Amino acid sequence: MSGQTIAEKILANHSLSGSDIKPDDIIIAKLDLVMSHIGTGKVVLDFRKIRPSKIRKVFDPNKIVVIFDHYNPAPSERWASVHDLIRNFVKKQGIKDFYDIKEGICHQVLPEQGHVRPGMLIVGGDSHTTTYGAFNAASCGLGNTDLFYAYVKGELWFRVPHTIQFKITGKLPQSVMSKDIIIKIAGDHTAEVATYKAIEFTGDTMENLSIASRMTMSNFALELGAKFAFGVPDQKVVDWVKERTTEPIELVKPDPDAVYEKTYEIDVSNLEPQISCPHTVDNVKPISEVVGTKINQAFLGSCTNGRLEDLEIAAKILEGKRIPNHVRMIVTPASQEIWIKAAKSGVSETLINAGAVITNPSCGACFGALGGMLASGEKCISSSNRNFQGRMGSAAAEVYLGSPATVAASALKGEITDPRDF
Amino acid sequence: MAALLGGKGSGEYKENIKGKVWVFPDNVDTDVISPSRYLENLQEMLDHTCESVIKEFPSKVQDGDIIVAGRNFGCGSSRETAPAILQEKGIVAIVAESFARIFYRSSLARALPVLEVNEVSKEFQTGDEIEINIPNAEITNLRTGKTLKGKKIHPILLNLLKIGGLEKQLLAELKENK
Repeated sequence: MSGQTIAEKILANHSLSGSDIKPDDIIIAKLDLVMSHIGTGKVVLDFRKIRPSKIRKVFDPNKIVVIFDHYNPAPSERWASVHDLIRNFVKKQGIKDFYDIKEGICHQVLPEQGHVRPGMLIVGGDSHTTTYGAFNAASCGLGNTDLFYAYVKGELWFRVPHTIQFKITGKLPQSVMSKDIIIKIAGDHTAEVATYKAIEFTGDTMENLSIASRMTMSNFALELGAKFAFGVPDQKVVDWVKERTTEPIELVKPDPDAVYEKTYEIDVSNLEPQISCPHTVDNVKPISEVVGTKINQAFLGSCTNGRLEDLEIAAKILEGKRIPNHVRMIVTPASQEIWIKAAKSGVSETLINAGAVITNPSCGACFGALGGMLASGEKCISSSNRNFQGRMGSAAAEVYLGSPATVAASALKGEITDPRDF
Repeated sequence: MAALLGGKGSGEYKENIKGKVWVFPDNVDTDVISPSRYLENLQEMLDHTCESVIKEFPSKVQDGDIIVAGRNFGCGSSRETAPAILQEKGIVAIVAESFARIFYRSSLARALPVLEVNEVSKEFQTGDEIEINIPNAEITNLRTGKTLKGKKIHPILLNLLKIGGLEKQLLAELKENK
């Protein structure tokens, strides 16, 4: 037997269909953790179909995390009712790991609260669940029906994915961020380069990135179609996780003779900031080709880029300056922990003084249903992960995706601006 | 949302399906099928689904119609309203050059047949009639007579279609264990 990739190892460790597995096999695997947000509402309704009512039980209340992030605080009576439905369910089922409206976005809060550890198999009712790959966990998103099954049985079918490798080397130029790398990959290799596949990001650039920057890559990897998206399994991960859990931590590393379907090599030493232009993430241009595009709104936030380092680089660019009145800059920290740190360090004050609006931690404007919606004909530069038509409001609006540095520089000028000029 | 998502489904499993085709382009995403601004009001979503790609789709689509699409169909969010809305509008199968993973998985979970067939979108025009044999992954354009072979659905997943989806499987398993 040849060596195994990270995905193959983790799936083999969780397989109920035997541990001798290979890509394209369909296996049943045991789940370590199930996460869901507002989509829990549908699970609650589905539970009512289980008869008799006394067997309406989740598989293990200690392996489920429920969190509110898309509609915080409830923007309408409808969502208030869904919140209410879920709160009652969580209480009745004895799910202790429930985060109500204040903590922030699931993909930030779960790692922060110590729920994510190397080697785990995690599913979530949210597509960007791939984010936990930065912590060496195999994690992916799925829809409500799969979630219902997972809630009751604690297991699901998986197709063992082929693994592709992105070997990233070179020192990132100043003001160029991990977001620029992943957008560049989307542009060069399309939004389906990783469909059904697991990604392993490797190379010295990856090793040097912070955990936050790696999370950005694993998060955006979903937009490339990825099922799992692993960062580098190294001491940085162990140190980060160790501070947040008392559970044992053991990295899962690929075998030296693991078989990769394909390896892509990327040298980032001369990388320019990159922009995903409307309306697909792989409609990518280097910033020099879109500089000067007028914007109405700049959004800094989301599970992709709403972390402290993102707010810090924006504050550095905006320090002592003033965003023009005709530009709306909205900043949404990804979690309460980040928000408090930004408040303590003065980052929040700098952003507010520059004219930004800071909102409570949530999915915010990225999701196009909470606040910061776009009118017909408007343009937004956003640090989030989707620029689909109609994503942030009007179908006649345009969303451009870029790094937090690009968002801040663009807010200041009212047009898409190269952050390297600051 | 409850009534809709638990809604119509795809009915009994049939090995052979025939229907009128709607041709969709590459990269049709979940925000096109199920825009977040309509998640508040699902009747509105039914009235507007996919209109940014095919304006007349929501008003003209009929029960038993079939989508033929390009690459990466259903990319984006995990919201299951995307396959659910299409089922509710009467779509009984989707044939695409490739599917985004979560959309594919959710469709099978909802017993909506999804077949991957290379180059399929070039062989059809909206309004053509298509015949599909699901287990053989074989499709025929009844206007041109051309037959294409796609990727067969894994037997375990085909069984999921046959029994009517994952929810039915779960409820049956619970009944057995009672």
